[in-house]
Amino acid sequence: MRIVHEFLRRPTAVFGLAVVLLVLIGALAAPLVAPYAPDEQLFDGLTLEGAPIGPNGAFLLGTDTLGRDLLTRLLFGARTSLIIGVVANGTAVAIGLGVGMLAGYLRGPAGNALMRFTDLMMAFPALLLAIVLAALFHPSLWIVAMVIAMVNWVQVARIVYTETRGLVERDFILAERSLGAGHGRIVFRHILPHLMPTAIVWGTLGIATTVLLEATLSFLGVGVQPPEPSWGNIIFESQSFFTSAPWLVVFPGIAILLTALSFNLVGDALRDILDPTQRGRM
Amino acid sequence: MIELILRRLGGALMILFGVAAITFVLLYALPADPAVQLAGRSATAQTVANIRHELGLDQPLIVQFVHYLGNLVQGDLGRSYTQKTEVMTLILARLPATLILMVSGILVEVAIGLTLGTIAALSRGGAVDRLVMTASFVGVSAPQFVVALLLLYVFAATLQWFPMSGFGTVSHVVLPALTLGVLGAGWYARMVRSAMIDVLNQDYIRTARAKGVAERTVVLRHAVPNALLPIVAMIGIDIGQFMGGVVVVEAVYGWPGIGQLAWQAIQQVDIPIIMGVTLISSLAIVVGNLIADLVAPLIDPRIRAR
Repeated sequence: MRIVHEFLRRPTAVFGLAVVLLVLIGALAAPLVAPYAPDEQLFDGLTLEGAPIGPNGAFLLGTDTLGRDLLTRLLFGARTSLIIGVVANGTAVAIGLGVGMLAGYLRGPAGNALMRFTDLMMAFPALLLAIVLAALFHPSLWIVAMVIAMVNWVQVARIVYTETRGLVERDFILAERSLGAGHGRIVFRHILPHLMPTAIVWGTLGIATTVLLEATLSFLGVGVQPPEPSWGNIIFESQSFFTSAPWLVVFPGIAILLTALSFNLVGDALRDILDPTQRGRM
Repeated sequence: MIELILRRLGGALMILFGVAAITFVLLYALPADPAVQLAGRSATAQTVANIRHELGLDQPLIVQFVHYLGNLVQGDLGRSYTQKTEVMTLILARLPATLILMVSGILVEVAIGLTLGTIAALSRGGAVDRLVMTASFVGVSAPQFVVALLLLYVFAATLQWFPMSGFGTVSHVVLPALTLGVLGAGWYARMVRSAMIDVLNQDYIRTARAKGVAERTVVLRHAVPNALLPIVAMIGIDIGQFMGGVVVVEAVYGWPGIGQLAWQAIQQVDIPIIMGVTLISSLAIVVGNLIADLVAPLIDPRIRAR
């Protein structure tokens, strides 16, 4: 209750949540609310010269270079962004939690080895690695999600590791251990619950990073492949027309920006509320 | 100090070895076959086999890797499959463009971030603070390629203040640097604000104010220098990120840096170039972090004392 109350007192957080819900509803209801079909190349969707049409009464956000309705493609693109955002980031947080917790709990050579591996991953140029992986596999929605997860778990692992190290030293863990609790019980009943705030915050903030990375990969042509719509590949497909049809960059761009911004705002508010030591700092 | 540097250098070498090993295995384990790519669509199986033999791709992975490491130690990154030139030569040729973009991007980031972060910290909790913090969130949430395309649309295509793409004069660097700088400045502003708030609560700031030092001097002489430390760390990270080539910005603006080189190589499955750029980027990330760690004690005597 306190969390809900504190959350609602922040106008930016409420704004973020509202946009997130709106995007979610738009994605879920896309087949119902979209005015056309996502791949439909409409008869009157291009000018006589074959150029895309700007926003008007029939096409609220205009049409793309193949005469498809942009609003429809943005609604279906929201599905792509959210699926990848949730799946890729969920996987990244799960891996990060696993590696960080294990390394922090085991300590010693095994824990050290895990953290050295994490350091190694930190030294990889993340975007380059993602592009290489995505380009050399033939990218599909799930491959793109896994590539992003492979790149994004590292930060979570470091934070979880530091927190677990601190927790393991605490008296209540010692008490539990002297009562004869096994490793599994200590880790899952006593350490994991303390890490939940971190997991929730990263589960939200990370979606912003993931949505941006997916859009970037799709913009470069190595992410989600057309004709399956994604906000990034809509811009990829139309970038050579952007001076004559700027709406094809502006509207998907706004969709990406608003979604990433909203997850950031919600995640930031959650971090403030769940971790009072960070309040008002970052 | 010397011991610290040596230990960090040792660690850096280990990391680079690891990066080389992982990249190597990844590139050769992946489905894309450079020999098929090079031979073209209509090639016979014999042609593909010949190319594979010529490139040494028919040898066991471990033999190839040892061979690669042996060359690497001598500063040889191998030859490009498609461009028939030494990878090192190709990378060095792209280095100036990448360095120019890196330095100008970081300058824009620091200039905007430091100013806005300080202003926000000084009006903590007020309307200006909230505005700056929200703006910085917009900055870190904006997709680079969209901002790059929009800047092109407004300032190059419509107003024609700057060229659409290319490299060579000062006006070519403005839009790419702004794209990198404006977006990156969001992180800097948040970091500076946080550090400034800490510093402004320190006793020595209260002392300075109590003895009647002008607020301007308090901020610029006493507070800002003490809040610079996290900036140094962030510049170190950015050196690493930007050296690897900013693929997106370089692609949109046709900037002939390392990112473009990598991007073309990825499309052509030119493995030696991909390996080379990955290694150079990792080296830059490691060196960037190292520089940040080494510079910190120089600007903050408290760290030196530890």
